[in-house]
Amino acid sequence: MGLVHEIDYGTPASKSEKMVTLTVDGFEVTVPEGTSIMRASMEAGIAIPKLCATDMVDAFGSCRLCLVEIEGRAGTPSSCTTPVAPGMVVHTQTGRLKDIRRGVMELYISDHPLDCLTCAANGDCELQDMAGAVGLRDVRYGYDGDNHVFAKKRDALEGSVANVRWMPKDESNPYFTYDPSKCIVCSRCVRACEEVQGTFALTIEGRGFDSRVSAGMHQPFLESECVSCGACVQACPTGTLTEKTVIEIGQPERSVVTTCAYCGVGCSFKAEMRGDELVRMVPYKDGKANRGHSCVKGRFAWGYATHKERILNPMIREKITDPWREVTWEEAFQHVANEFRRIQYQYGREAIGGITSSRCTNEETYLVQKLIRQGFRNNNVDTCARVCHSPTGYGLGQAFGTSAGTQDFDSVEHSDVIMVIGANPAAAHPVFASRMRKRLRKGAKLIVIDPRRTEMVKAPHVEAEYHLALRPGTNVAIVTSLAHVIVTEGLFNEAFIRERCDWSEFEDYAEFVSDPRHSPEEVEKLTGVPAETIRGAARLYATGGNGAIYYGLGVTEHSQGSTTVMGIANLAMLTGNIGRPGVGVNPLRGQNNVQGSCDMGSFPHEFPGYRHVSTDAVRETFEKLWGVELSAEPGLRIPNMLDAAVEGTFKGIYIQGEDILQSDPDTKHVSAGLAAMECVVVHDLFLNETARYAHVFLPGSTFLEKDGTFTNAERRINRVRKVMAPKNGYADWEVTQKLAQAMGLNWNYTHPSDVMDEIAATTPSFAKVSYDYLEKMGSVQWPCNEAAPEGTPIVHVNGFVRGKGKFIRTEYVATDEKTGPRFPLLLTTGRILSQYNVGAQTRRTENVVWHDEDLLEIHPHDAEQRGIRDGDFVRLTSRAGETTLRAQITDRVAPGVVYTTFHHPDTQANVITTDFSDWATNCPEYKVTAVQVAPSNGPSDWQREYQELSRQTRRIASLEAAE
Amino acid sequence: MSHDAAHSSHAKLIRMANQIGTFFESKTNRAEGVAGVAEHINKFWEPRMRRHLFEVLDAGGEGLKPIVLEAAPSIKRPAPADKVA
Repeated sequence: MGLVHEIDYGTPASKSEKMVTLTVDGFEVTVPEGTSIMRASMEAGIAIPKLCATDMVDAFGSCRLCLVEIEGRAGTPSSCTTPVAPGMVVHTQTGRLKDIRRGVMELYISDHPLDCLTCAANGDCELQDMAGAVGLRDVRYGYDGDNHVFAKKRDALEGSVANVRWMPKDESNPYFTYDPSKCIVCSRCVRACEEVQGTFALTIEGRGFDSRVSAGMHQPFLESECVSCGACVQACPTGTLTEKTVIEIGQPERSVVTTCAYCGVGCSFKAEMRGDELVRMVPYKDGKANRGHSCVKGRFAWGYATHKERILNPMIREKITDPWREVTWEEAFQHVANEFRRIQYQYGREAIGGITSSRCTNEETYLVQKLIRQGFRNNNVDTCARVCHSPTGYGLGQAFGTSAGTQDFDSVEHSDVIMVIGANPAAAHPVFASRMRKRLRKGAKLIVIDPRRTEMVKAPHVEAEYHLALRPGTNVAIVTSLAHVIVTEGLFNEAFIRERCDWSEFEDYAEFVSDPRHSPEEVEKLTGVPAETIRGAARLYATGGNGAIYYGLGVTEHSQGSTTVMGIANLAMLTGNIGRPGVGVNPLRGQNNVQGSCDMGSFPHEFPGYRHVSTDAVRETFEKLWGVELSAEPGLRIPNMLDAAVEGTFKGIYIQGEDILQSDPDTKHVSAGLAAMECVVVHDLFLNETARYAHVFLPGSTFLEKDGTFTNAERRINRVRKVMAPKNGYADWEVTQKLAQAMGLNWNYTHPSDVMDEIAATTPSFAKVSYDYLEKMGSVQWPCNEAAPEGTPIVHVNGFVRGKGKFIRTEYVATDEKTGPRFPLLLTTGRILSQYNVGAQTRRTENVVWHDEDLLEIHPHDAEQRGIRDGDFVRLTSRAGETTLRAQITDRVAPGVVYTTFHHPDTQANVITTDFSDWATNCPEYKVTAVQVAPSNGPSDWQREYQELSRQTRRIASLEAAE
Repeated sequence: MSHDAAHSSHAKLIRMANQIGTFFESKTNRAEGVAGVAEHINKFWEPRMRRHLFEVLDAGGEGLKPIVLEAAPSIKRPAPADKVA
C-alpha cells in the first residue's frame, strides 16, 4: 500500500482561463496565466529545490533556494514569486544556481542540529531532502558561533554559559511540540495560520538572526490564540512542529484516504498508519470539502477510538439496576430478537422501533431503517436530525422542492455578501469557517444574525458589517422584516421571480411582508435589533452582489424553526440568490452524516430519497425487493416514542450511535420514557448516558474500523475506508445484519458496497452511485444519476426542483416559552470548538485541556444584579428542572440572555430545556428556555442523584462473579 | 393510561395541533389553510397521535383552534389499535 504522496506544487493554482506556454529545461509546458515558474516546472515534472514555498500558502520568496535563470533576464529570480510569461525559457539547474543553492543550504545547516538520526522528522523532512538535493557535503562555518541550536555555548572568558538565543521545546499543546532549535524561520507556519486557518496566532518576532516563530505574544502555544488546527504542523518543512504521536511512534508506513467522523463539513484525511496503529490524521488536499485543511477535532482528537472506557464485548442485564453481564455476540443477538418478538406479540406491532445514527455510515443507517421497516414491519424509525435540521428538510422542501443545501463549499469563494444566521461555524464547522473567512478577508461582506457576539462577528481582519443581536426566539420576525425592507424599497429581483417563481404567490407574499407590522421599526420592539441595522443588512444582502446564506441550529431549534427556514428561502428567491456559484441557502449540518442519515430514509414518514411512505409506487419498489408488505402510515418520531413509552404502548428500541438521554430535550421526560421500556438496546462505543436505561449493550465500531460512505452538508458522498480491524469484532453494519438474521430476515450483504448498490437501485437521486464510481470520481454530490452523471454541485440551476419556487407567508408567533418574574432570563445553547456535541468522543481526548466543563455565559449586568462573580457556581433553573455550573461573565451575550454548551453530562443542560418544539417537525426548542440564575454552593439534587445512578448503572460484573 | 397521563398527553396534542393551525391560519385562502392542516397531520402524525386527536375531537374538540376543527373531516381516522403483530 505505502504512503499516499501528494505533490506539492509550491504555490497555489492560478484560476485564470488564459493559458501561457513556456519552456523549462527544454520542455514545453502550458499553464494558466499567473502560475509561478515553480508550479509550472512541477507540472512539467521538474521539482525545483524549495523550503519556504508550499502550495497551501502564497509565495513568499524568502529561502532563496528556488532560484532559476531566465534567458534574456538578469540575475537569478526566485521561481516561487516569478509568474510565467509566454515564450519564457527557464533553466532550473545551472552551475551558478547549484553554487548559490549549496551556499544557502550551508548557511541553513550551520544553525540547525545534526541529530537527524534521532529526529522525529527523520524520513519526512524537507530540510534533509534539500540538503541531499543540492549536494551539501560540508558546513564550513562550524557550530561554535552564534546559534539557536545548543542550550550552552562556549564563552572565551567564562567557559560554558547559557546560550540566550536558545529556546526550550514548547510542549504545552497536547498534540504537537514546537522545538525552536530546529526552526529555519521559513514562516510557512505563520502564513498557514494566517492564510489557511485565519487565526493569526503565530508571528515572526525579531529581525534578521533574531527572527523566531512566536505563538501569540511570545507565549506557549496553549496559552496563545492558537486553535490547534494543525495547519502549521503540516506546513512545517522540518521537525520544528511535530505531532506528538509521530515523536512517540515514529513515521507512518502507509496511508488510507478516509473521511472525518466529526462535523458535517466532511473533511478528507489521510489516516497514516504503522501496522494497525494510527500515527496521525493528515488533511487530504484533494478532499473537495476541506481542500487540505483541518481542525483540532478531525486532525487530533481521535484518541477516543482506543480509549480505555470503550466497551468491546456485548452485555445484557435483566433490570437496569443489575450489573452488566458480558455475553457472546450470538447470545446478545438471540436475546434481542426474542425480546423484540415477545414485545410485539404482547403489545402490538407498533410497540418497538429504532433510531439510526448520524455518526454511522449511509450503509449502516440504511440497514437500520430497513430492519425496522422490513423486520419490525412498522415505520417507527427516527434519527438525531429530528433534534437538529428536521425543519430544514420541511422548510426547504416546501419552498424549493428539495430539502438539502443548494451549494458546494467551493461556492463561498464567489460570494460577495455572506449572511450567517444562528450558526457559529468558527466553533462548529471550523474548516468551512476558515474558507469563509478567507473570502471575507478578500473583501466579501458579512452579516451575522445571532443573539451572541460569536467568533464570527469579529475575528482578525474580519468584522461583520452588521451584527443583528436579536432576542432568542425572534428569528421569524427578523427574517420577515428583512423581506419587508427588500420588498418595500423595491430591491427585489423581479426578472428572477417572474421566471423562476409563482408570481401570484409572490404578490400574496409581497402584500404580507409590506404590512407595517413587519417594518424594522416595529420589529425592533420584539427583537431588540435597531431598525437601521435591519435596514442596512437587508439592503446589503439585496444589492451587494452574490448573496449567500449559511445557517445552523440557531434557526431550526425553535418553535418556529420551519417557518424561519421558509423565510430564509423567501429571502433568497426575492433577491435571485439561487442557482449559481456564490449564492444559495446552506444549512450547516451538525454531524458527519446527518445529511446522509436523512437521505437514507431515517424519518418515520419517508423512504430513502425523501419519498413519503404513503406513496404507493415507492412502497411497491421496496415491497418487491424486501418481500414484505410495508406500512403506509407514518411511524413514531423520537418524542412520540417517548410519549408512547410513558403511555405504555411503546416497549422496545434499538438505538444505534445516538445518546438521546444527553442530547434530547427535557431529560426527565426522556428518562421516564426509557425507564418505561422493557428492552432498550444501545449500540455504541461507550456506555453513554442512554445506556443507563439499556438492557442490552452492543459494542460499536469507529469510523476507522469500517468501510462505508458519509454525506456531508454539501450533499457530497465521501468514502470512509477501513484502516484497522474492528476492535469490538464487528463493523456496525455487520451487527445490524446479524441482528436482522437473528430476527429471521434473509440478509446476506458481504460488504457495504452491496448495500450502496441496493440504495442506488431503489433511490433515483443515488442511481449512479457505486463504490467503483466513487473510487473513480473521488466523491460526488447527489443527485447523481443519468441526468447528472457527475453529481450536482449546485442545485436549482435552471429552475427549482419543485418547478416554481414557492413564496410562503411567515407570520411571527412568539414562542410560548416566555420570560416572567420567576424565569426572567432566556437561555440559549451552542457548541465550542474543542468539544463535539455530547462530548462522548472529545471528552475522551486531550481536547479537555481547552474545555473541561460547561460554563454559563452571563452579562455583567445580570451577574451583578444577582451577586455572581466570574467562576462562581450558579444554579440554573427552568420550569423543567435545574442544574448547577460555573458562571463566566462576558458581554458576548446581551443583558437578559445566558448561554451554555451541552458537552458534559455532569451539567446536563437538557435538564433545563423544555418539551416545546417546532410546529412542523417537533424539532425541540433548545435555543430558547426561560430561566433564572442564582448563586449556588454546588451540585443540584438532580446532579447528585444522577451521579449515583451513573455509578450504579455502569457496573459490569467481573467474570468470576458472573460464573 | 392514567387519567392524568391522558389529560397531559391530550394537552400536548392540542398544543401541537394548534401550533400547526397557527401556521396555516396565515394563508390568505382559508380553504388552502384548512387543507394544509389536514395534510400536515395526515403526513406526519402517526396513527396513535391521530387516535388521541380524535378522542379530543369526538369529545367536542375543546381547546382546538377553529382551523383545526374545520380540518378535522379531512384528517384520516386511524384504524383501532391492534394488539397482535
